Amino acid sequence: MSGIKHFFDVFINSLDVFIEGFKITINLSVASLIIAFIIGLFFAILKISNVKILQWIADAYIWVVRGTPLIVQIFVLYYGLTEIILLDKFWAGVAGLAFHSGAYIAEIIRGAIQSIDKGQTEAGRSLGMTSGLTMRRIILPQAFRRAVPSLGNQFIIGIKDSSLVSFIGMQELFGVASTQGSNNFDYLPFYLTVAVYYLIIVLVLTVLVNMLEKKMAQSD
Amino acid sequence: MSENKEMIKVEKLNKSFGKLHVLKDIDMTVKESDVVVLIGASGSGKSTLLRCLNFLEIKNDGKIVIEGEQIEQRTHDLNKVRERVGMVFQHFNLFPHKTVLGNIIEAPTQVKGIKKEQAIKEGKVLLDKVGLGDKYNVYPSTLSGGQKQRVAIARALAMKPDVMLFDEPTSALDPELVGEVLSTMKDLAEEGMTMVVVTHEMGFAREVGDWVVYMHDGKIVESGRPKELFDNPKEERTQEFLSSIL
Repeated sequence: MSGIKHFFDVFINSLDVFIEGFKITINLSVASLIIAFIIGLFFAILKISNVKILQWIADAYIWVVRGTPLIVQIFVLYYGLTEIILLDKFWAGVAGLAFHSGAYIAEIIRGAIQSIDKGQTEAGRSLGMTSGLTMRRIILPQAFRRAVPSLGNQFIIGIKDSSLVSFIGMQELFGVASTQGSNNFDYLPFYLTVAVYYLIIVLVLTVLVNMLEKKMAQSD
Repeated sequence: MSENKEMIKVEKLNKSFGKLHVLKDIDMTVKESDVVVLIGASGSGKSTLLRCLNFLEIKNDGKIVIEGEQIEQRTHDLNKVRERVGMVFQHFNLFPHKTVLGNIIEAPTQVKGIKKEQAIKEGKVLLDKVGLGDKYNVYPSTLSGGQKQRVAIARALAMKPDVMLFDEPTSALDPELVGEVLSTMKDLAEEGMTMVVVTHEMGFAREVGDWVVYMHDGKIVESGRPKELFDNPKEERTQEFLSSIL
């Protein structure tokens, strides 16, 4: 019983420091996922283009991301970016996370685009729409709708993966938990505390994704 | 055929998919306000021929002349050509994420740059015309097959095309829904729309068609006025085909 009370004490007393880490985690996640989404859309379109060399570029990118651990990507980009183009830690972390999630998002979007019936493209083209306009107005809106559950899942993974940038010295949620744990020689309550924060973030995101799915299901 | 101007003229058209030679030296003329019906067994090339006419398939060889202008992929903006040549598909291909009216105003507003209010006004008139004036605000998923196809016809008409192509427009419909689509097409024909129709509905071909083209194995075997072709087919293949389906 005293263990539980101790955990609650730690949770309450550490609110201030964790809120700072929480802000950083949210900033990291939002920035990296927005960029990852743009990267993903870009490489998805390369993959479905009929140009072999563009497909190879996309394949190579996805191969590198899937073939190496995220922590390696973060360190390589961190030392690469901070030493060569003098990016700060935050943006090096964002770059690492976006580079990583982008590949998975590219595959999700590509799959969703290819799952849309060919007749939709033909209908658009037969009305005089260009291929770009057909993609933007007809195919992508339907593809995104279909991709929402998988994208939501990938976003959740992205938020949790942001904990790895604590290893380049970011004091985001996990970084705060590690620091507080070792400063107080009291690890478990702080790691339990940080687990609660992640659970809450993921819960909120899950609810949002479910609401979005419901809203988009209107036309079905 | 009537003495109207030539809307579409096809000369020595050839199309292959890889090694498969689908269209062989097709010659065909469609005059303004005529309804030309393409008949033939599956795989005879009639749908491919139709799709070549709005360049969803690109010919390998031969000439396609639309309203007096020979159209080539290299020299023409095919999107501009397609604005004038509307198409209705077997599986409707309505945009499921847009309402009925959204489907109809999409191309006029996005391609022609027509003001939304104007497109909505015209779209509602078209929906009245196909008998779906009350359905403008619903999504396609709530419609029956026959209603979907009538929306698809209205959507194509919204671009004010000079020619309408119909690719087996009733083949995916339940039998009791075929009539409403055919009657919409008949109305359109009576208004003077130039139409090329691939269909298995011989009743429609006979009643509404001005000219019937029978295709077999990528070639036009025989063509003529419906009465001649159905009542006195000259070629043995045509006779066989007609006796197999009638």
